[in-house]
Amino acid sequence: MPASNEPTTGRASTRTENAVLEVALEGSWRLEGSTPRWAGVVGEAKPGSVRLRAEGVSHWDTSLVVFIGEAQRWCGDAGIPCDTAALPEKMRLLGGQFAETVKTSARIDRSQSLFVDVGLSTREAMVQSRDLLQFVGECWIGVRRLVMGQAGFRWLDCLGEMQKCGAMALPIVSLISFLVGITLAYSGAIVLRRFGGDIWVADLIGVAMTREMGAMMAGIVLAGRTGAAYAAEIGSMKANEEIDALTILGISPVRFLVLPRVIALGLMMPLLSLYANCLGVLGGMTVAYATLDIPPTAYWVEMLTIVDLPDVMVGVIKSVVYGLIVGLAGCRRGLQAENNAAGVGKAATSAVVTAILFIIVADAIFAVVFQVIGM
Amino acid sequence: MDPTPAIEVTDLACAYQDYRVLEGVSFNVRESEIFFIVGGTGVGKTTLLRNMVGLAVPTHGEVRFNGRPFTSADPAERREMLKTFGLSFQGGALWTSLTLRENIGLPLEEYTRLPKDEIGRIAAFRLSQVGLAGFEDYYPAEISGGMKKRAGLARALALDPAIVFFDEPSAGLDPVTARNLDRLILQIRDTFGTTIVIVSHDVDSILGIADRLIMLDVETRGIIAEGAPAALIAGQPNPKVLEFLTRRTIRSG
Repeated sequence: MPASNEPTTGRASTRTENAVLEVALEGSWRLEGSTPRWAGVVGEAKPGSVRLRAEGVSHWDTSLVVFIGEAQRWCGDAGIPCDTAALPEKMRLLGGQFAETVKTSARIDRSQSLFVDVGLSTREAMVQSRDLLQFVGECWIGVRRLVMGQAGFRWLDCLGEMQKCGAMALPIVSLISFLVGITLAYSGAIVLRRFGGDIWVADLIGVAMTREMGAMMAGIVLAGRTGAAYAAEIGSMKANEEIDALTILGISPVRFLVLPRVIALGLMMPLLSLYANCLGVLGGMTVAYATLDIPPTAYWVEMLTIVDLPDVMVGVIKSVVYGLIVGLAGCRRGLQAENNAAGVGKAATSAVVTAILFIIVADAIFAVVFQVIGM
Repeated sequence: MDPTPAIEVTDLACAYQDYRVLEGVSFNVRESEIFFIVGGTGVGKTTLLRNMVGLAVPTHGEVRFNGRPFTSADPAERREMLKTFGLSFQGGALWTSLTLRENIGLPLEEYTRLPKDEIGRIAAFRLSQVGLAGFEDYYPAEISGGMKKRAGLARALALDPAIVFFDEPSAGLDPVTARNLDRLILQIRDTFGTTIVIVSHDVDSILGIADRLIMLDVETRGIIAEGAPAALIAGQPNPKVLEFLTRRTIRSG
């Protein structure tokens, strides 16, 4: 609450004498109150000079400074003298400063020509591609050194990450794959019932889960859960100069941070995907029993007529690749993050988007490859 | 001048994306010297440091350590030389997922074949040298900013480096803690003969412990003064340098 109760209105009265426009300022001038504007006060008048007085002002802030500044600017533009000698010194100085600032401050033009934009984007794309290749190359060198036993690997870190991305993801993976099983069963039943082939729901779910949905669902859950966490974790380490601290000690961040995480995901994803398969089949079995009156044993036997080991293997192979995609995307986005809080948020978001995009792309490639090799 | 300076920077140019920060920077740091890189905010002190130690790539020029080229060295050679540096970061930059003992032990694990319990004991000894005895098993999040800096220094000293770089050691510290850190830096140099390079704009530190300094300037994008602080104050024709070092304040006019 303002301390004073006086009305927050400023007034300006004008009087013209011998072509001198005298403007007397009065009252309380506050930014949040109602104060006259110079343009309104001067109107269409064309005086020979302007004189400002402020004896009647009880309180003032920037609103009065703006008024005085505008007056001086107007006089400057009109080429007439502005007499401020009657004003208190502080008012005069601030008003002069305001007029000066408005005169000198020009807006910066940030628009760019199309050619510059295209050029910059092209260069940026080239830098990005080179960095990506370098990152994948570094990971590859790290794995090779690891396999050849040349480099110490932080197994303890890796085990910790396995616990985080594997065991701790079980509840969410269970729920999602069970529900996917149920949804598939319902939508399958609608079509199959028309042909009196209710029992083929078992085949549909068996094949869909083992070949596609188990790995895909586990991949998407981990992209949101683990990939984003990796990006945020590594991104905030970067903002905190922790990555620089590794580099300056000659410790490769890829070996120290990326490999344990990517390997943990690569090892855990197949297990999670197999687990997702089981839960999906269980979901389908539940729907079949509850709404189609198919006993679980019949369901199981029917499913085994079509689902074979190669189908399960297809799922496992995909899941390993999805795991690597999620891990690499998360770590890469984290290492790329800008050194600030917003950068960390952006890194986490783009890690999820990148991972899901590449999972879908990889799935499409797998579909073609497995078709060609007849798996 | 002695035959091989500890650090020799020749015609270094640094850029930040498209913005040229420094150009034609050349200076030498002698062995066992406390050398300051000073200047106002935004003149590129930290950029120069990052380019010297390889955290950023200079657009031109070379940095030699004990006569060996570093900037143009291949990765293996560079890693070998990095072992002889320590860098104390502005905020400590401790690895948050590791305890202080593990933070200081990590460089030792990387570069030595010492047994784990001995590494732990060395880490505890380093921590006690910076006045953090008893905090070995704390995580970085559990200690104060000044303690983080000191722990970062302990980590920088882990491998008995020949050169230690400091990025703004007194930034964000109260004057008493900052002076204690200066004392610690002096002590390290006197005990181990370490060459010390400090980026700072803390005039008390500069006048207190600097043997020599260079001052950077934003307009010339380079060095505007080089020498011992006392000599610079006594015979300095450049008013910018004098103003910075003598801290003529508003009240003293």
